[in-house]
Amino acid sequence: MFRTAMRSVLAHKARLLMTVLAVMLGVAFVSGTLVFTNTISDAFQKSSAKGFDQVDVAVTPKSGTSRGDQVGRDAQLTQATLDRAAQAPGAASAIGVVSGFAAVADKDGKLVGSGFSTQGANYWGDKDPRYPLESGRAPHGAGEVVLDAQTAKRAGYKVGDTVRMSIDGPVLTPTVTGIFSTDDGNVAAGGSLALFDTATAQRLLHKQGSYDEIDVKAAAGTGQGALRSALDKVLPKGQAETTTGKQLADDQAEQISSSMSSMKSTLLVFAGIALFVGVFIITNTFTMLVAQRTKELALMRAVGASRRQVTRSVLAEAFLVGAVAAVAGLAAGVGIGAGLRSLMGATDAQIPDGPLVVSPGTVVTSLVVGVVITMLAAWLPGRRAAKIPPVAAMSSVHATATTRSLVVRNTIGALFSAAGVACSLYATTMSDGTSAQTPLGLGAGLLVIGVFVLTPLLSRPVIAAAGPVLRVFGISGKLARQNAVRNPRRTAATASALMIGLTLITGMTVVAGSAQQAIDKMASSALKADYVVSMANRNPLSPEVAGKLAKVDGVTATSGLSSEPSRVDGKTEFLTGVDGATIGALTDLRVESGAFRVGGRDVVVDDKTAKDHGWHTGSAFTTHFEDGKRQRLTVAGVYEGNDMMRGIMLDSAVLTPHVAHPADLQVMVKTDGGTSGAAKDRIEKALGDNPAVLVQDKQDISNAISKMFTLMLNMLYGLLAMAVIVAVLGVINTLAMSVFERSQEIGMLRAIGLDRKGVKRMVRLESLVISLFGGVLGVGLGVFFGWAAGRLLATSLSTYELVLPWGRIGVFLALAAVVGILAALWPARRAARLNMLAAIKSE
Amino acid sequence: MTTTPIAGKATAVAARATDLSKVYGQGETQVVALDRVSVDFRQAEFTAIMGPSGSGKSTLMHCVAGLDTFSSGSVRIGDTELGALKDKQLTHLRRDKIGFIFQAFNLLPTLTALENITLPMDIAGRKPDKQWLENVIAMVGLSDRLGHRPSQLSGGQQQRVAVARALASRPEIIFGDEPTGNLDSRSGAEVLGFLRNSVRELGQTVVMVTHDPVAAAYADRVIFLADGRIVDEAHAPTPDTVLDRMKQFDAKVRTS
Repeated sequence: MFRTAMRSVLAHKARLLMTVLAVMLGVAFVSGTLVFTNTISDAFQKSSAKGFDQVDVAVTPKSGTSRGDQVGRDAQLTQATLDRAAQAPGAASAIGVVSGFAAVADKDGKLVGSGFSTQGANYWGDKDPRYPLESGRAPHGAGEVVLDAQTAKRAGYKVGDTVRMSIDGPVLTPTVTGIFSTDDGNVAAGGSLALFDTATAQRLLHKQGSYDEIDVKAAAGTGQGALRSALDKVLPKGQAETTTGKQLADDQAEQISSSMSSMKSTLLVFAGIALFVGVFIITNTFTMLVAQRTKELALMRAVGASRRQVTRSVLAEAFLVGAVAAVAGLAAGVGIGAGLRSLMGATDAQIPDGPLVVSPGTVVTSLVVGVVITMLAAWLPGRRAAKIPPVAAMSSVHATATTRSLVVRNTIGALFSAAGVACSLYATTMSDGTSAQTPLGLGAGLLVIGVFVLTPLLSRPVIAAAGPVLRVFGISGKLARQNAVRNPRRTAATASALMIGLTLITGMTVVAGSAQQAIDKMASSALKADYVVSMANRNPLSPEVAGKLAKVDGVTATSGLSSEPSRVDGKTEFLTGVDGATIGALTDLRVESGAFRVGGRDVVVDDKTAKDHGWHTGSAFTTHFEDGKRQRLTVAGVYEGNDMMRGIMLDSAVLTPHVAHPADLQVMVKTDGGTSGAAKDRIEKALGDNPAVLVQDKQDISNAISKMFTLMLNMLYGLLAMAVIVAVLGVINTLAMSVFERSQEIGMLRAIGLDRKGVKRMVRLESLVISLFGGVLGVGLGVFFGWAAGRLLATSLSTYELVLPWGRIGVFLALAAVVGILAALWPARRAARLNMLAAIKSE
Repeated sequence: MTTTPIAGKATAVAARATDLSKVYGQGETQVVALDRVSVDFRQAEFTAIMGPSGSGKSTLMHCVAGLDTFSSGSVRIGDTELGALKDKQLTHLRRDKIGFIFQAFNLLPTLTALENITLPMDIAGRKPDKQWLENVIAMVGLSDRLGHRPSQLSGGQQQRVAVARALASRPEIIFGDEPTGNLDSRSGAEVLGFLRNSVRELGQTVVMVTHDPVAAAYADRVIFLADGRIVDEAHAPTPDTVLDRMKQFDAKVRTS
């Protein structure tokens, strides 16, 4: 039987091409993902292992825990701790590490690297073994800095240049005294690293007299474990924790592989979608092949092949197709992995060098996925082939049309759809978003399956609705419409493949669009301020900034916004410190009860916090600050909180004295002339045109939010594009097969006077109708799921409102139409070029 | 060559082939399917083309009907010279001036009988002549079957639909390629009767390729082809005379 299958595959090479491509794309996606993530993960792990070369044991401060009325505070690693560590038996040397945020500007004043990975730290002594200098010398004093080689190269700095920097708002202009090389992960990932001498770093990063970490190097002959126990003995109890370098490297490796594995599983989900879509094409292809070969298969039955042998021959064919496609897909996947890596290398997000990793697991997974998927999809057509009676070999019927009733199918489909809709609707009525996820997921699954099953039934009325439009195209349109519904199962499978991709794309667009607007509203509706000033990476700003801004020309009101932990009734509550005198002019929060009055003992509380504590206007409570002091406060009013502003809001004048390092998360600014370019310039100038500081008006905030959502959506579109491409292959496949099956009809039409253009138009319109059918179903389901998922989001996002992106929906339907027209190019050409005489005579 | 057209004959010519040749392949593998054939098909005449397999009878019909290209010579349908036409013009010519009846019926399964009959006019975007259409439908006896699809009709009924389709647009000439090849003798006789009636009563011109002497006997004139050449012609044939001629050629071919 295997030889028969082999012959059959070779005989139908062209007809199996699209199937092979579909499987290949899916497998390529899977293997590409595996190769790419393995490669990066491997490179990062090697580079991080190198990064711990200089550390045998790391000492870190014990983190504090809040208990009773006491806010937990982290222990401090002081100079005394460092000295003790350095003198521990078996310790060769000890380095104190200070690190934090530091932004570096290039010569045009632009921030180097993305805001979240620009770091500042200390250079230890005159020769820091962690950071070998490529040129220049170590920094000394407040006016000197050394930069990592990559940053220096990107920004064009050399030893002796003055560099503009910022840590918490004010601009620093130190001189570059040296350039060093490093394996630091942040730098490898496109960030920057600027080093000051230890005292300067401690001062600038607000860590006077303390270290974030102490790295101890073992003397020759002392193991990491022995050094660690020695350190545990000499260091003050309850102050420090010790970890060996090996452990650190392992932890980091673990962290890298876990963050990689979440990326991997996300990508694999999309690969799975593409493969799932591929299943429809494979099933469709094999169904058509079996139908075309009815006579041949019946002959095999007639000469004594058993049913099982017939099924097996179809499955063997599927095995061959799957194997070829999987091998091709694996090769393509390795290519994709390599391509992605160099693509990442070319952008800012740089990754350490390393060899391309194609593990045996990748190879096995790809091959198994390709073969198993193909065989599973061919199983049903194989069973159908076995049911062909031997007598069919004698009948002259060309290809028996499936006349089986769709009643059972429609009933099942209707039941699934109804259950799906019911489940989804039930989920949207639940008040708790998290617990509603399960019924919604179940409902979505059921509904999608239900609609799949129902597509043949739906195809007739939906495509009939397109009739009036098609009538414009005369006989070609009429024939196209009839051909499209001629084999409802085939049309349904083809359209469903496209439907899946479009359902996901539409659903995500609806949710993302609505969420974007909700967040936008939240960010700007409660804000009366003209500008919000913050650090690029949302790090705290020095209190100096608010003071400087208040003095700028035209500024009428400013208020910093800080957030500090405290204990209230034995619970940790974050206190929001604002300027009580101006906050009313800068925000526009809805007051539920009482008055929006902040000053002295008077505070305002958001509705959720008030509810949690059972407070009303006039309630009094005691707060315990970080420094252990306490303060009696009175609730002057309750406001409606949102994700940007919430909690207990009190006057900075009351809060600040109790905070060790006062800092603002942002500063709100109101100007007399509203937002204007000049006002913005004045504000930026007052802050020294600092690259690390963002001055945003409401529009800027909206733009930043929309940019974030656009980026996310574009990534999703990119990932789902694969599913759409596979669906296009499916449409091409179906049309090519239909043209082949109907060649006699097409020949007749040509003979009695339909010109080539008319034939082409007929095939194209059929393709268009099928694609648009899939598009309409997909967009419809997508909108429904978007609406249902939005209802869940609304439970946690109060400003959420369904926004239907009509423009985008139009684009998606147009996309479906383009898919139809593109997919028809080749089959239509083939149909038009058909040899009339051969076609008419063929039986 | 006994059929050199006689100039100035009373009846007009619906289609004419002059020195028509069709050659496949080149050099040693060259096959001559038609060898300088000249023939006239006169209006309101029912012509049958006969000949053994490979004689070129189907090729002759395909070339004259504008379905196939030819190597040299000329073909005229009415006043139109086919050799000069591009594919699109040729298609329009077939649509507007020629009717076809195929052996395998070749109806569109998605269309009803009536829709199949009016298909050539639908392709052209023309409204059918209602009176004529009714006459044709009544003649082939399909009045009560118009809403049926081909799969609901018998073979004979399907071929009657095909005959009606060929007649409905009042073409200048109708070509039939073994129109009774797939039918039992009764249905075949019916179809041939319709074709003869259309010539006698409606003045239609019909050219039919067949290998069946009984079918050929329905024609006014039979031309015989062998090895790509016209070898004989008979007027007002009967099955017996046709059979006799066929036997003679067979003998000639064998002895030659």
